[in-house]
Amino acid sequence: MSEREKILEVKDMAVTFYSGKKAFTAVSDVNFDVYKGETFALVGESGSGKTTIGRAIIKINPTSAGQVIYKGKQINCKLSEEENKWVIRNIQMVFQDPAASLNERATVDYIVSEGLYNFHLYKDEADRHQKVVNALNSVGLLEEHMSRYPHEFSGGQRQRIGLARAMIMEPDLIIADEPISALDVSIRAQVLNLLNKFKAERGLTQIFIAHDLSVVRFISDRIAVIHKGRIVELAPTEELFLNSLHPYTQSLISAIPLPDPEIEKAKKLIIYDESKHDYSVDKPSFQEIKPGHWIWANQKEMEEYRKIVK
Amino acid sequence: MSEKEKILSASDIVVQFQLRNKMLTAIRHVSLDLYEGETLAIVGESGSGKSVLTKTFTGMLDSNGHIESGTCMFEGKNLYDIKTDAGWEKIRGKKIATVFQDPMTSLNPIIPIGRQITEVIEKHQGKSKEEAKAMAIQLMEEVGIYNAAGRFDEYPFQYSGGMRQRIVIAIALACHPKILICDEPTTALDVTIQAQIIRLIKDLQSQYGYTTIYITHDLGVVANVADRVAVMYAGQIIEYGLVDEVFYDPKHPYTWGLLSSLPQLGIKGSELYAITGTPPSLFDVIKGDAFAPRNPYAMEIDFEEEPPFFKVSDTHYAKTWLLDPRAPKVTPPQQVTTLHERMQEALIKQEKQEGLI
Repeated sequence: MSEREKILEVKDMAVTFYSGKKAFTAVSDVNFDVYKGETFALVGESGSGKTTIGRAIIKINPTSAGQVIYKGKQINCKLSEEENKWVIRNIQMVFQDPAASLNERATVDYIVSEGLYNFHLYKDEADRHQKVVNALNSVGLLEEHMSRYPHEFSGGQRQRIGLARAMIMEPDLIIADEPISALDVSIRAQVLNLLNKFKAERGLTQIFIAHDLSVVRFISDRIAVIHKGRIVELAPTEELFLNSLHPYTQSLISAIPLPDPEIEKAKKLIIYDESKHDYSVDKPSFQEIKPGHWIWANQKEMEEYRKIVK
Repeated sequence: MSEKEKILSASDIVVQFQLRNKMLTAIRHVSLDLYEGETLAIVGESGSGKSVLTKTFTGMLDSNGHIESGTCMFEGKNLYDIKTDAGWEKIRGKKIATVFQDPMTSLNPIIPIGRQITEVIEKHQGKSKEEAKAMAIQLMEEVGIYNAAGRFDEYPFQYSGGMRQRIVIAIALACHPKILICDEPTTALDVTIQAQIIRLIKDLQSQYGYTTIYITHDLGVVANVADRVAVMYAGQIIEYGLVDEVFYDPKHPYTWGLLSSLPQLGIKGSELYAITGTPPSLFDVIKGDAFAPRNPYAMEIDFEEEPPFFKVSDTHYAKTWLLDPRAPKVTPPQQVTTLHERMQEALIKQEKQEGLI
């Protein structure tokens, strides 16, 4: 694990939103590394702060504490214009709702080219055209789609356009925020396969933000589970599914509907009771209980987890 | 199943919508029987017609839609003969109630929660204010609202999404409906809340004795709630059967596709099965089997003639030419034939780990 290249490090990050004098800390104590070429998942329910974390990394939401380090360089501070461009170009985002995130009045050609225009990443018009065609082809769309508008496409195709727009920048890292939640079951598989293809062919690193654990299990190498603005558990995917320790993770796993009537009907639900944690004196922190497996716990809980961890 | 009584029987329904001067056929000759006390899950992608179909049972089609043909028998009468709102009010909410996806749109944001429940009780059951309040509080307790009396006068925005959906269920149950239509009731909710709402709908079913139609696109939810399953595609039911039959021995290639593309059944690092293409436009006249252009097993006849329903068992039917005796033998994809095995394997792996603890 240690010899792998860290592409992104997030250290003690917090994001606080202000409304007049009121402050609301949406996420805090966020710690994780993302390694080159992996798919790292942020999983949580609505309001948990998973999207906020993703957006804070690319500076859509300003951080209020901690560090975000991309390729050894802190990026959540004041950056020169050039450095900013470097970050924007290399970290791209794919959004949940492909209808809302594409400019309705622009052609696909323009939407996909916009990044190229902004950064002058093309030699001449022919080169730009070729790059757009390549990007569209790579997501399974055709050259003839270039002159069309987003409303002429289905939801799955729109998400492909969003993906083409990100991939044309040849980014190192993609932050995909619920990229398949708005899509139908049969279309989801197509988009998941595309993300996996880019990972295999181009070594694309991905941060995959989702609420659906079954999707995350399929696509990610490591998972961070977020509850109320904190990462409560972080582990490699199968380790998390087979040896989850935090009761919230366990309740989340137990709630996944399984497509098998016999098993699903016999399933026991685990309901998470937050009040079981007594953090009044013994304060919790984010600790590594075994290599690669982290958990949010206080000393007393750690002792109990250590007894059962394998 | 045969000894059970049919509570609702719809046959040969065609529903059309007038959209931008064009005619869209949303439901194409659907027949459906509902048996007393069962939970029937209708599963399909968006646009397959699952919501439109059930909306015709309560006279709630949008104003640009109409029932072109078909009958829907309920308590000895054809529901489609009802032409007035007054007529529908005797059915809608009272006999057949619906729980919709988004609880915020079903609840009135400026009326206190309690009042929204008592309103229904007073209107449909003619109870006094005091009686209605007592009943409403009891209902709120039954759907799992703690301190129901204390929260009686609160407004919808003071409730969480899951709690709001519980209230919508309470309102739906206030009149002891015979049929409860749950239209994607948990899609807008978090997974942990979803699991609780599903359980609530099941628990109350034995107490209230309603029959459930459960509409969803999530096959995991179907596996949990359903006694029987109907799979819809492009405005038609293309396969139906007992839940075990449809999951463990599906016959229609579209059902195969749906099951195979589930990430739960995917093998990490290998490609997930994906149904190619998109559903057909329902503005067009569909020739043959609507699924044919996306069907890797399609035969010539699939593009020419619409298949009839072929009988698989007394309870299981599928609308695909593959079941015709003249068709070549086709084995379903491996993901489908090994579904139960693989899910069990995963479970055992998990239990083994827990056992070691």
